[in-house]
Amino acid sequence: MARQLIKGNEAMAEAAVRAGLEAYFGYPITPQSEILEHLSRRLPELGRAFVQAESEVAAINMVYGAACTGVRVMSSSSSPGVSLMMEGISYIAGTEVPCVLINVMRGGPGLGNIAPAQGDYFQAVYGGGHGDYKPIVLAPSTVQESVDLTVLAFDLAEKYRAIAMVLTDGSLGQMMEPAELPELRPVVRKEWDWAVTGAIGRPRRILSSIYLEAHDEEVTNLRLMKRWFEIEKNEIRYKEYYLDDAEFVVVGFGTAGRVALSAVREARQMGIKVGLLRPITLNPFPFGVLDELSKRAQAFLVVEMNTGQMLNDVQLAVKGRVPVEFYGRPGGVVPFADEILAEIQRMTTSPLSVVGDPRKAWLERMLAVVK
Amino acid sequence: MVTVDVEITKPENQVYCRPRSFTDFSTHYCPGCTHGVAHRLIAEALDEMGVQERTIGVAPVGCSVFAYNYFDVDFVEAAHGRAPAMATGIKRVLPDRVVFTYQGDGDLASIGMAEIMHAAGRGENITVIFINNAIYGMTGGQMAPTTLPGQKTSSSPLGRDVELQGYPLRMSEMIAKMDGAGYVVRRSLHDPANIRKAKKAIRTAFETQVRGLGFSMVELLSTCPTNWGIAPVEALKWVETNMVPVFPIGDFKVSSAVGDLRF
Repeated sequence: MARQLIKGNEAMAEAAVRAGLEAYFGYPITPQSEILEHLSRRLPELGRAFVQAESEVAAINMVYGAACTGVRVMSSSSSPGVSLMMEGISYIAGTEVPCVLINVMRGGPGLGNIAPAQGDYFQAVYGGGHGDYKPIVLAPSTVQESVDLTVLAFDLAEKYRAIAMVLTDGSLGQMMEPAELPELRPVVRKEWDWAVTGAIGRPRRILSSIYLEAHDEEVTNLRLMKRWFEIEKNEIRYKEYYLDDAEFVVVGFGTAGRVALSAVREARQMGIKVGLLRPITLNPFPFGVLDELSKRAQAFLVVEMNTGQMLNDVQLAVKGRVPVEFYGRPGGVVPFADEILAEIQRMTTSPLSVVGDPRKAWLERMLAVVK
Repeated sequence: MVTVDVEITKPENQVYCRPRSFTDFSTHYCPGCTHGVAHRLIAEALDEMGVQERTIGVAPVGCSVFAYNYFDVDFVEAAHGRAPAMATGIKRVLPDRVVFTYQGDGDLASIGMAEIMHAAGRGENITVIFINNAIYGMTGGQMAPTTLPGQKTSSSPLGRDVELQGYPLRMSEMIAKMDGAGYVVRRSLHDPANIRKAKKAIRTAFETQVRGLGFSMVELLSTCPTNWGIAPVEALKWVETNMVPVFPIGDFKVSSAVGDLRF
């Protein structure tokens, strides 16, 4: 299909439709409402289910119900709305039914603002809801990637009976870029051996997240963990830029990763041997590649639109071998490439240490500039 | 010594049996609890309509959290109060299935208030069986939104003081105001005559759904001898004496299409 100029939110919505989305349940919230709006027209036109729910709480529980029938189902929201969904997300994880969620992140905590941010990394990657579970988290950095990862999210969710979240932000949701959408796939209902569809010609099935006996719940937790290692083995995705001969490594995801790429390109023109690692799966996280890079790089710079969340995972991977520096713009501020370039220059010319929390030095520098 | 007339053991003389839509479990409910009666009425209605295989139940959080163990139909287990939302998700993708929720008063009238009102408002083609026993059962007898004025519970130990704790909510009356509701009635399970009427109402509610006539709900006044702290027979009388005056038995919404139903 031809490339078309399309807004990130609409592109993800249409990509979901073409990937076989049969039901969408959502609630308006900026900056993701175009997803809901697009599907409010598109799904009924195709004879598929669309409900604007009374709240995100209801929306995620509608998703839960539809997910139990085995159809491709999705909801989308932005940060405060996703917080409200956490109850249902935990139940869905505990019931082991597949669903896709899109979080178009905005500034927080609290009501925050509607500007792009990455403050929900912890919530998304570490689960957010109660209990032991791990969602798959995919982070696009362009509209095209938003399309591709939305489609992939459905395949992964089904393959592992898991939650797959596309974690994006207000800038990617609102920007228009050329992108190619997949062909509209016909909906083929699969005959899952777990789905609740009415016990026609088979024994009845129960889908539940309740395991009253501690032993049974433990078995469930171990099963989820075993499946997670399977996901970790098969599904880690990331993109490398200029890493072959890199002495310094910038790590950033989504919009921050995209801006960091501009900075890395400029640095390369200045002759600095720096590369970029952009994790695409934030969960499972590319620990292995970072581990390898840390054996030959002199230092890392983590760039995020928060106060240092993915930073923790990078530090886990690097294991203190070399310094890991941090640069973040939280609260809805998007960093400019020249800010990151300045950080790259600082990293390559200043004495660095593996001791202490890099956030402290960063905070001091920030407080000197941001009043 | 009781002697059994052998004649009544012949299949042709059998007048009463376990509904097909039941599993052969024994329930976990307390002696004198009317959950078992309500379950049986639902199973009988599903049997009579021949929809057992097409039915999907949504269990709540509360004493009836294990309702899915007792019905031989597909079941899902919802989060507290969210059963109508979950049922919406199921019904919207499987519109030819019979989808029902089974919810207590804490579940439906407190934490799940938004979900039940909006499901009714949307006219979701689902059936809700609402068990009102004026108390939280599973968590140990705390005050419910339906607890009667003056009623002692473990969280209103001096009796519900309406000045401090407000008044009981009459859900059927509220939901009946919704245009999306096709059939909303209250029945009671305190004696055989009322149980028979409850059965008829449950059947009507499911008929409303299969004919696509909108949201249907049957509220059932029920007992909780354990948390009320009274004996089972006394509990049945307590329903009649104390609950019925606050929660009158009646039809609050019967749309003309539902009124015309013959089955």
